[in-house]
Amino acid sequence: MYDFAYHRPCSLKDALALLAESPEARPLAGGQTLLPVMKQRLAAPSALVDLSGVPELRGIDLSPQAVTIGALTTHAEIAESAEVTQAIPALSAMAAKIGDQQVRHRGTLGGSIANNDPAADYPAALLGLDAVVVTDRREIAAADFFIDILETALQPGELVVAVRFPIPRTAAYARMDQPASRFALVGVFVGVMQDGGVRVAVTGAGPCVFRQGEMETSLTHSFRPEALAGLDIAAEGLNSDLHGSPEYRAHLIGVLARRAVVACL
Amino acid sequence: MAHALSMIVNGREVNAHVEARTLLVDFLRDHLGLTGTHVGCDTSQCGACVVQINGLSVKACTVLAMQADGADVTTIEGLAEGETLHPMQQAFQDHHGLQCGFCTPGMVMSALDIVRRHPDPSEAQIRDGLKGNFCRCTGYGSIVEAVQAGAKAMR
Repeated sequence: MYDFAYHRPCSLKDALALLAESPEARPLAGGQTLLPVMKQRLAAPSALVDLSGVPELRGIDLSPQAVTIGALTTHAEIAESAEVTQAIPALSAMAAKIGDQQVRHRGTLGGSIANNDPAADYPAALLGLDAVVVTDRREIAAADFFIDILETALQPGELVVAVRFPIPRTAAYARMDQPASRFALVGVFVGVMQDGGVRVAVTGAGPCVFRQGEMETSLTHSFRPEALAGLDIAAEGLNSDLHGSPEYRAHLIGVLARRAVVACL
Repeated sequence: MAHALSMIVNGREVNAHVEARTLLVDFLRDHLGLTGTHVGCDTSQCGACVVQINGLSVKACTVLAMQADGADVTTIEGLAEGETLHPMQQAFQDHHGLQCGFCTPGMVMSALDIVRRHPDPSEAQIRDGLKGNFCRCTGYGSIVEAVQAGAKAMR
């Protein structure tokens, strides 16, 4: 990879100042995506601002209504967190399946959602739980955060500080592994909110995480796997690659949604 | 631009100057001569480069040396005591947990992480814990046996 300037600030204020003064600088969280991308010379930032020394980005806070997880929290920390497992076991179980143990020791929640890989797992949890992304300057609903493939609502120099997940009545995530990349081929997150509303979020199938409205309507009426029978999932616009056609991915959405509903019951 | 770097490697303090783009695995191999940590794929897939940072297994090809500034790093060279192999290393030898041996340092370092999390690991826990380590010789059966035996010897 090309060389770059390296900074490791000790406060959020200093990190933001470093990013603001150099438009070509990039924040570095766990580096499990950014460093491989830089090795391939698909990215060549002028500077990296290593966030690992910023205390404001850490910590897991449990309240009666929500779990708030700092952006620099690693997948392994979320997987092993007693607070997260108590409040939203579907979320800690999701984190335990990301990549492999070595990647989970480095990769972070904030880094993953800021990257918004179309097959990443967390975006489905954020959208399926109506989570809120807290940045250094505002709060962004998950529905407004994930814009398109590798694109989010973050402005240049804006940092994710934490994600606030409302505690649902129940939730589950089902995914079809793509064992070579260890990303999801397709993943479906089903969340039943405290007000009874049902949310179905799909990752891996399209260019960006999305909600499946017809399934949500059917499941709100009757939260049983049978309620999904007969729903025709359109393949149009879904991803196509050597691992699966759009039609196959559409089929998987139905299969995985049923599995997630069964896991919720 | 060279950055000052200081870390503990296998119990010894190390001070150096490195370019920001220096990977931890290259620092260990090229600057410190610790060539037991291997580079297999260089794309965070194969696990030949696994070392521990502050007790947690990581892929050293996907960590900057500067990200380990101030950290405590353990490599495969840090396990044996003199001529006496670490129990996990001995278990790999006893159970033929290797053929060519290229993946073995990473396998052993990941195995120690499995034992840290599961002192008495099941086969499923071992196989899950080795998902990030590829062996192209053994078919993994003897590696799983070695990890089970190594875990037992460490208890």
